[in-house]
Amino acid sequence: MLTKEFTENDEDAQVRRQKKKSRAQRQQRKKQPRTPGPEEMVSENCHVGPPLEPGEEKPDTHLLSTTARRGPRSLPPVPSTSRTGFAEFSMRERMREKLQAARSKAESALLQEIPTPRPRRLRSPSERESETEFGTEPSKEIQGTQQEDDLKSYTRVKFHDSVRKLKSKSQAPPGFPSAEEAYNFFIFNFDPGPEEQEEKPTVICRDGANQEEEEGEEEARRKEREFQNGKDAEDFLLGLDPAAHNFVTVRAAEYESTHIRLQKEKEVLFVPSRLTVPTYKKLPENVQPRFLEDEGLYIGARPEVARNNQNIMENRLLMQESGRKWFGDDGRVLALPSPIKPSPSRPPQFTQELSNKAELETLYKKATKYIHRHQHMIGSGDPPGNFQLDIDISGLIFTHHPCFSREHVLASKLAQLYDQYLARHQRNKAKFLTDKLQALRNAVQTGLNPEKSHHSLDTTQTNINEYKSEIRQTRKLRDAEQEKDRTLLKNIIKVWKEMKSLREFQRFTNTPLKLVLRKEKVDQKADEEAYEAEIQAEINELLEEHAEEYAQKMEEYKTSHQQWKAWKKAQRAKKKKNKQAAEENPDEEGGEPFPEEEPVKPIPPEPTDTAIIEQQVRERAVHSRRRPGEPKLVPELTLAGNTTPNEQCPRVEVLRREDVKRRSVYLKVLFNNKEVSRTVSRQLGADFRVHFGQIFNLQIFNWPESLTLQVYETVGHSSTTLLAEVFLPIPETTLVTGRAPIEEVEFSSSQHVTLDHEGVGSGVPFSFEADGSNQLILMTSGKVSHSVAWAIGENGIPLIPPLSQQNIGFRSALKRADAISSIGTSGLTDMKKLAKWAAESKLDPNDPNNAPLMQLISIATSGESYIPNFFRIEQLQQEFNFVSDEELSRSKRFRLLSLRSQEVPEFRNYKQIPIYDREIMEKVFQDYEKRLRDRNVIETKDHLDAHRATVAKYLQQVRESVVNRFLLAKHHFLLTDLVAEEEVPNISILGLSLFKLAEQKRPLKPRRKGRKKVTAQNLSDGDIKLLVNIIRAYDIPVRKPIVSKFQQPSRSSRTFREPHAASPSAHSPAHSADYPLSQVLVRPFVEVSFQRTICHTTTAEGPNPSWNEELELPFRAPNEDYSTASLQSVKDDVYINIFDEVLYDVLEDDRERGSGIHTRIERHWLGCVKIPFSTIYFQTRIDGTFKIDIPPVLLGYSKEHNMIMERGFDYARSLSEGSYITLFITIEPQLVPAEPVREKMSDMLKKFDSQEDEKLLQATEKFQAECALKFPHRQCLTTVIDISGKTVFITRYLKPLNPPPELLNVYPNNSQATTELVARYVSLIPFLPDSVSFAGICDLWSTSDQFLDLLAGDEEEHAVLLCNYFLSLGKKAWLVMGNAIPEGPTAYVLSREKNHYLIWNPCSGHCYGQYDTFCPLKTVGCLIGPDNIWFNIQEHDSPLRINFDVTKPKLWKSFFSRSLPYPGLSSVQPEELIYQRTDKAAVAELQDRIEKILKEKIMDWRPRHLTRWNRYCTSTLRHFLPLLESSQGDDVEEEHRAELLKQLGDYRFSGFPLHMPYSEVKPLIEAVYSTGVHNIDVPNVEFALAVYIHPYPKNVLSVWIYVASLIRNR
Amino acid sequence: MAAASPSVFLLMINGQVESAQFPEYDDLYCKYCFVYGQDWAPMAGLEEGISQIASKSQNVQRALVWNFPIDVTFKSTNPYGWPQIVLSVYGPDVFGNDVVRGYGAVHVPFSPGRYKKTIPMFVPESTSTLQKFTSWFMGRRPEYTDPKVVAQSEGREVTRVRSQGFATLIFNVVTKDLRKLGYDTGPAGTQNILGPSLPQSNLQ
Repeated sequence: MLTKEFTENDEDAQVRRQKKKSRAQRQQRKKQPRTPGPEEMVSENCHVGPPLEPGEEKPDTHLLSTTARRGPRSLPPVPSTSRTGFAEFSMRERMREKLQAARSKAESALLQEIPTPRPRRLRSPSERESETEFGTEPSKEIQGTQQEDDLKSYTRVKFHDSVRKLKSKSQAPPGFPSAEEAYNFFIFNFDPGPEEQEEKPTVICRDGANQEEEEGEEEARRKEREFQNGKDAEDFLLGLDPAAHNFVTVRAAEYESTHIRLQKEKEVLFVPSRLTVPTYKKLPENVQPRFLEDEGLYIGARPEVARNNQNIMENRLLMQESGRKWFGDDGRVLALPSPIKPSPSRPPQFTQELSNKAELETLYKKATKYIHRHQHMIGSGDPPGNFQLDIDISGLIFTHHPCFSREHVLASKLAQLYDQYLARHQRNKAKFLTDKLQALRNAVQTGLNPEKSHHSLDTTQTNINEYKSEIRQTRKLRDAEQEKDRTLLKNIIKVWKEMKSLREFQRFTNTPLKLVLRKEKVDQKADEEAYEAEIQAEINELLEEHAEEYAQKMEEYKTSHQQWKAWKKAQRAKKKKNKQAAEENPDEEGGEPFPEEEPVKPIPPEPTDTAIIEQQVRERAVHSRRRPGEPKLVPELTLAGNTTPNEQCPRVEVLRREDVKRRSVYLKVLFNNKEVSRTVSRQLGADFRVHFGQIFNLQIFNWPESLTLQVYETVGHSSTTLLAEVFLPIPETTLVTGRAPIEEVEFSSSQHVTLDHEGVGSGVPFSFEADGSNQLILMTSGKVSHSVAWAIGENGIPLIPPLSQQNIGFRSALKRADAISSIGTSGLTDMKKLAKWAAESKLDPNDPNNAPLMQLISIATSGESYIPNFFRIEQLQQEFNFVSDEELSRSKRFRLLSLRSQEVPEFRNYKQIPIYDREIMEKVFQDYEKRLRDRNVIETKDHLDAHRATVAKYLQQVRESVVNRFLLAKHHFLLTDLVAEEEVPNISILGLSLFKLAEQKRPLKPRRKGRKKVTAQNLSDGDIKLLVNIIRAYDIPVRKPIVSKFQQPSRSSRTFREPHAASPSAHSPAHSADYPLSQVLVRPFVEVSFQRTICHTTTAEGPNPSWNEELELPFRAPNEDYSTASLQSVKDDVYINIFDEVLYDVLEDDRERGSGIHTRIERHWLGCVKIPFSTIYFQTRIDGTFKIDIPPVLLGYSKEHNMIMERGFDYARSLSEGSYITLFITIEPQLVPAEPVREKMSDMLKKFDSQEDEKLLQATEKFQAECALKFPHRQCLTTVIDISGKTVFITRYLKPLNPPPELLNVYPNNSQATTELVARYVSLIPFLPDSVSFAGICDLWSTSDQFLDLLAGDEEEHAVLLCNYFLSLGKKAWLVMGNAIPEGPTAYVLSREKNHYLIWNPCSGHCYGQYDTFCPLKTVGCLIGPDNIWFNIQEHDSPLRINFDVTKPKLWKSFFSRSLPYPGLSSVQPEELIYQRTDKAAVAELQDRIEKILKEKIMDWRPRHLTRWNRYCTSTLRHFLPLLESSQGDDVEEEHRAELLKQLGDYRFSGFPLHMPYSEVKPLIEAVYSTGVHNIDVPNVEFALAVYIHPYPKNVLSVWIYVASLIRNR
Repeated sequence: MAAASPSVFLLMINGQVESAQFPEYDDLYCKYCFVYGQDWAPMAGLEEGISQIASKSQNVQRALVWNFPIDVTFKSTNPYGWPQIVLSVYGPDVFGNDVVRGYGAVHVPFSPGRYKKTIPMFVPESTSTLQKFTSWFMGRRPEYTDPKVVAQSEGREVTRVRSQGFATLIFNVVTKDLRKLGYDTGPAGTQNILGPSLPQSNLQ
């Protein structure tokens, strides 16, 4: 730093010289007008420095100014180093310029002599001084004196300054220049001078260290100083003579051009390049960059650094020395992962503002007594403290202690070795192994003797081999054992010898240990013999072994030798050949190296030398065995020795013994880390044993977590030190007092002790040798002998905390609990494996060590104990179950809850599940259980027909599977389900809405506004109403005028006709007056029945009545479940029945006619319209004119045959000649239809696998999108979902399929009739909307054979089948997708006749001409043929106004075109439909049953009246019904009437046949009910009911029900 | 005494929707309703309510104070489906349309006592910036089809929301027979304060 400073001095000097120059000019000017005065002088001083003598200027530079305001100041430390040099320079330049500017400003202010208020920011340094943190006090103090001293000599000032400097230095925080210093820095000249040279080092030393930190602050401070300086300048000028300004010149600021500056900068500064550094520069030579991330290692996200900055940094680093160390292997700057977390870890504080309020707020808290509920406590019910743990601490032995002398160390070693010896001796393994060896040898001997062996030769051989290997091993073991014994003995003797020598050496004895070696005499001869025999046996065995080995090797050798020979031969042959070849053409010689290596000639194994083996064996024996004749040595350690008394010992030893005496030891007993008791403090004995013999009875509450003993040692009366901690095991629960053995637990301490006497210390190296080699380090260690056991209570019960307490699950217990033992097994679980292991490792069953193991194995293998052959996962699960599973499943409440959460229909809306099991009735489950039971049982009661029952079951199964499949999807939500958001409006809507602003608030012609839709969540019974608006009807059948031939006064004929003519003409003059005018009359009214609620309109008159009435019917959802899915599955129909109200005069007596009217009202059913609720629900409103379903025979009524319109197709005419009713039906409030759900589901389904070509699917999507863009409301269908949930292209459904042959044979020549019959057949298949069967799911299309098997389907299936039949009949036919009333979006069939088109309603079998106004099909979206799809792109979509010519591409957009040719898709339909004949007998049976059921029902519906059945009439009707079927209701009316008239002349007859396809009984009953036949309450009424079922192939049944009421005329 | 073996427990809640902090909005009103499980039924009081329009106070906190009382009693057989109160706050936007300013929900506290709950309020976000603009312009912000959505978990994953402010509610909760039916919801120390023992001492 210093050197830098000096090198830089030149530069500085230059600068200063410049400054000096300019200042000198000024000074000269100022000199003359200088007036004495303290203030001025000071200011001058401070400003210009010493004015007069340039020579004396230098000392001044270092004088500190006495005050901040005035007086000279010393030079502050210049924070100039080579790094900042240039900056400093320019900074100074700027400062000076600013100063000048300030000065000139002050001057001008002065010239004007206006006492301008000082700007607030420019405070005088003195003012400021009081606030600055450094140096306020002393400067003020000095200020006072200084003012007097100012005029005194420089020396004084100098002295003063130096004093002050010291003071201020001590006050200012290091590194901060004081204000004065800073001031001087800017004001004084910087002349290099000798004194400066002196001063500088100190200054720099002070500041240098902090310079770097300061740089930033310096900048800020400098700015402050500018103001100061300005102020100073002002002060100076204020004190100046007014004339002084003459001497101040104003000059332009010095300017240095940018170019020059840049040049200068370039010299001094290094500007790192911004260019990217090539990687090789950043890495050591010849090293490829290594990317750890590519190698799969994790690398955290590096902090974000701009690429530019990174480049600059890299360039800079590279310029530095050893810059490469900053770069990682991948050539990038080393960086830690970004420490910034993506989310704040501290929760946001909301309550900042509330906090002060919250403090003031008082909260009421009820005073509660705190009951200690510590979980470790035994349950509060038990009397506490009954448990007791006895800890018996008998004593303590140190195996090493700091006070051990060397002898003690040896003694303890000896004692240990002796203990070891005793233990080994007790086990006497060598002896055991020797015996074993002997036994094995014997076994081999016996095995080799074939006479004695009962086994087969093989087994013996294997046995012998086993034995032999065993012998080998046992021998090895025995040798090892014997060697160990011997070495142990040797060690004992060695230590004892060492000890003896030590005792001799130190001439005193410390320990009473004494080793006696007892010699046991042995019989030398016998011993020798045994020895020799042993050796011989061993040699023999070894020889045998070697022989075996040799034989084996020999074998190997032979084979290899053979090989070698063969090879050799081959070689020779080859050589020969080669030679010959070489002779023939010598060029090739030697050019062919042998491809294979020459096999080494095998060396025959050498036979073993007996002598060598013998030698080896003998050597070993000598080494490990007692020599023969040598006496056996038995060491005995006794404590009989004498210790030398103190007097004879050297001083160090005496000291040691005294030290030992001063020491005492005690133990603390810690239970669960709490001290519970401690032993008495006992003195340490000379043998370093302490006897306590204390028993502690711990009365405990808690299950012990830990038992600890702490060993404390006290030396004299001084400190107590903790030597060690001993952890005692917690006893098993079976361990009770009295039975517990004394156990020893070792402890050791890591303390280091050095003693100044004979004691060896602890943790300190010491040596036995004189030269200090062979150093030993021993740590304090010892053993505590103790026993821990559970106490036994008075009555002999062990006082153990209950075991269950351990398993409660609190932490400590869990820690203790062994995972395996907690489930009932402990230790090794797999006994089989254990047994296997034992067998494999050849455990010796006779080894006492193995005894428990063998026992265990024997038990295991005998199968007495339970061996689990499973592995248990979640072993602890049971611990956490709070009741057993059986108990849980037995709980009715739990069952109810779980069923409800599974959304089982019966329980889905179960509210308020009772809290107790006893409150749940058993019958709650009955329905559910019954359903579960019946799932697999075909129930024939409801269905009457086995086939239909199976179909119903199948349908149910399909439904369940589909429902299950979509269960998940049902809980899948889209954003639109949750958030209602406006769609982005397009321009037109925006424009419209803008236009709307200008709209009239109350327009004269109000437009209908959409009602608000209600989500079906918060609805309850009675909230929903069905609104039916009956507007008018057309062409109601009228009562037939009495035909002339019947118009005879015959009573019988009249009575029969009367109800139909509805005119009691004979009796009523008023009515009979009508007849001459032939004015037929009908008084129709409409009755709407829905869910057994009935409403009716008023009665209107005439065949074209107008009611215009609104009827309100309440709606009740099944199970009170108003969810969308539930509403969709409502199967109820709305019946709109049209009745004719007929008045009968019942006046008996003609004479009373003048005075009273006595009539009875009867109503005659004319027809009905049936609309399923699901249609209303999906359509939200139904508005239109419907054809009234009028029975084919309506006795007494006729249509007015004045229809004008001539239809193109003649039999279409009669069908169109129906009666019509105009209706408007809606639900109030409007429910949200389930449309989005369906769409979503179909979206979901599209994701299901499809077997269609991917391209085709894409094309369909494109086609649909295009169509939807043009005509969003027109239906366009390209793909549908088949019954297995796969997407199928729609044209695959269309294919010519044969209709039943029976139908074709009926009218072999009349194609029209056949067509009609086929349509009728299709319409007879029951209609079942998909939305009902697959509630809330989607539209599934079944193929025609599936449809016929199921015998149920919706419009699509009917239409597909009909279309297929038409195709097979050779017609051109298409499927029409469009909207119809009342069905809504539906499918019709379009067929092309010779010159016109017909539209068929597949569900009713009716057909309409294209221009029929009453055609229910209102819009046409697209046509589907067997090989193409055409989308309607005409302006209109009403069938009346469109052209059905699909060949015109301007009118119909076809799917397959030239760009996408038809790929020839195979059909999903079967090749051919197979029709079974329907079982006639079954049909007859069904017919009877239906009749019976209906009769019963009618009787049920008339509970207050007697219901009589007219059998005669019934049989007549029954005969008539087949006729109706065959003629389909045409042209039979007249005959029928005549017939009836003939047979039932006496009765007034009212009735009609109903015709329906058969699916179930319930709809039949509903239909009969809705006619209201049963409502007649005339007392003598009789009924007739006949049922006829006409069977069609494939179990399609057409049901006719003829219901009639008869009133006998008197 | 019938109360000896109760078959339902009662939960009585009264309190108030005290105030709210919506820094950006003013003149708001709130609606509340309770969402509860199938085993719960309201016995007394109102389970829905709509408050007056409150303007911001002039002090620093700028709180909207409604002090709108809640008083409802439920009975139930099952703690499953414990009632939650759902708050939705509405207010006019720049054009004067009523738009939603926040939804929020909180469970009614389980144990008896007085509670002060501050719940964060949020609104669903528009799906796109364009939607955002148009919804602002048309005055039809995205809102939940049913405010009760915020009390359930199903389907929430498809929505994105933004927080708007906080509402503070005060509950005074009283329960009856809850402990008798084996549900201990009180604080840890109050286990022994059981009903039956008190009348006995009174009889003596």
